[in-house]
Amino acid sequence: MKNKLIVSAPPHLHKKDESVSKIMWLVVVSLIPAGAVGVFIFGLSALWVIILGVISAVITEAALKLLTKNKLTVLDGSAVITGLLLAYNLPPGVPFWLPIVGSFFSIAIGKQVFGGLGQNIFNPALVGRVFLMASWPKYMTTFTAPLNYDAITQATPLALLKEGKFLEHISYWDLFLGKRGGCIGEVCILALLIGAVFLLFKGYISWHIPTSYILTVGIFTYVFGPRGLFSGDWLFHILSGGLILGAFFMATDYVTSPLTRKGHIIFGIGSGLLTAIIRLWGGYPEGVSYAILMMNAATPLIDRYTKNRIYGRK
Amino acid sequence: MKKLFQEFFKGIIKENPTFVLVLGLCPTLAVSVSLSNGIGMGIAATFVIVGSNIIIALLKNAIPDKIRIPCYIVVIATFVTIAELTMKAYSPALNRALGIYVPLIVVNCIVLGRAEAYASKQSTVNSLFDGIGMGLGFTLALILISGIREFLGAGKLFGHTLIKSFEPIFVIGMPSGALLVIGLLLGFFNLLKERKT
Repeated sequence: MKNKLIVSAPPHLHKKDESVSKIMWLVVVSLIPAGAVGVFIFGLSALWVIILGVISAVITEAALKLLTKNKLTVLDGSAVITGLLLAYNLPPGVPFWLPIVGSFFSIAIGKQVFGGLGQNIFNPALVGRVFLMASWPKYMTTFTAPLNYDAITQATPLALLKEGKFLEHISYWDLFLGKRGGCIGEVCILALLIGAVFLLFKGYISWHIPTSYILTVGIFTYVFGPRGLFSGDWLFHILSGGLILGAFFMATDYVTSPLTRKGHIIFGIGSGLLTAIIRLWGGYPEGVSYAILMMNAATPLIDRYTKNRIYGRK
Repeated sequence: MKKLFQEFFKGIIKENPTFVLVLGLCPTLAVSVSLSNGIGMGIAATFVIVGSNIIIALLKNAIPDKIRIPCYIVVIATFVTIAELTMKAYSPALNRALGIYVPLIVVNCIVLGRAEAYASKQSTVNSLFDGIGMGLGFTLALILISGIREFLGAGKLFGHTLIKSFEPIFVIGMPSGALLVIGLLLGFFNLLKERKT
C-alpha cells in the first residue's frame, strides 16, 4: 500500500504510455510552425536567435545539473522549451549575446534555483524575458519590419497604439498571418493556432486557460474602448502582441498554472484582466508576460481556494 | 585577550550581520547601488554600533528593564545625529546620495539587535569589540554587494568605467536586482557553510 502513495510535484500523469519528456518534445514540435514562419518573415537573424536561445538553455541546464551533482535531465525537453519560448519572445534583430544571457537567466534563476522542473514558481521563459526587458530595454523594443531583409526597424502595432498613432495600414489579415513588427514567435497567429490545435487535440493542454484568457482580453478591450464604452477594437487586441503565444503556450505551463478546471478559469480571467489593463493604461505597450508572471505568483492561492470537493464530504 | 579577538572576528564571518543574522536588510538593499555609497553607509553604521554598544554597556545597570528599548533608541539616535551632521559637514555629496537612509540607521536592526542581545548583558570592553566586529562585518558585506551591483548594474567601480564595451545589466542596479544579488550571495554562503560541516 505504501508504494502506491506517491507524493510528487506536477506535472502529474496517469496514462501508461505518456511521460514528461514525451509531452515536452511534442510541445516543442507544436511550436515549430510559429518559429518557421517567424524565420520566413524576419530572415535568418531570427533563426540565429532561436538556435542560440535553445542551445544556451540546454547547456546551462546540463552545466548546473553537473555542478550540483544531480541526474542529467536535459533530454526531457523542458530546457529546450524554455529556450525556444524565450527566443520566440525576443525581437529578431537582437545582439547575439541577448538570447544567451536570457536563456542562462531563465534556466539558472527561473528554474534551477527553485529545484528544477516541477518546483519553479514562475514560468522560466517569461522570467528570462522580463529580466532582459528590464536590463536592456533598448534592444528588447527595437523590432524589425516584416518581409524586409534590410533590417529596417519598425514599431509593433501595440507600441504605435500606445503612442496614439494611426493604424490604418494594418489589416486583420496582416495581423493574423504575421505581417507586422513583433517578436519572432508571436507574429503569425495562424501558425500558433496550428500548434495549439495539435496540443488541444492530443489533450496536453485544456481549453480553459486560453479561452478564458483571450475572451477576457477581448471583452475588456471592447468595453473600455478609446471612444467611450463599447467602442474598442477587440479583434485587434486579440490578434496583436503576444497574446496567442502566451495564452496557449505559456499560461498553460503545467508547473506554474493551477491544478483544477475552476482554477484554470480564474487564472485565465486574471491574466486577461491584467494584460488588458497594462495594454490600455500601463506604461508598457504589451502586458502578456507580466500578467502571466503575476498570475503565476497567485497560483498557490488559487489552488488553495479551488480544491475539488472530496467525494462524500460537504 | 583571545576571547576579545573571538568577539571581534565572530561579527565578520561566523555571525555576519547581513549574511548569517540577516539583519539590517533595508539599508543594504537601498544604498548598495554603488561602492562609495556602500562604504559610506558601512562606516556610518559602524560608528553608531560601536558608540551605542559602549554607552549601553556602561548604562546597562542604570536602565530600567521596562523602558529599555526607548532608552536604547535615545542613545542610538544621539550617535546617528553625530554621524549625520559630520557627514553633512565633510561629505555633502555622500550625504545626498544616501539620503534618508542615514537618519534611518536609528532603526537599523543590527544596532538595536546588538544593544538588546549583547551590550546590555556583557562588559564594556567586550561590547566595544563586538561593535567593531559587527560594524566591520556589515561594511564588508556592503562592499561585496555594492561592488557586484555597481559593476554589473552600471559597468563601473567607484564611478570609473572598467570595460568599455560592457553593456550593464540595468536590472541589477534596481531594487529587484538588490534582492537577487543578496539572495544568491546568501545561498552561496549557506552552501559554503554546509560544505564545511
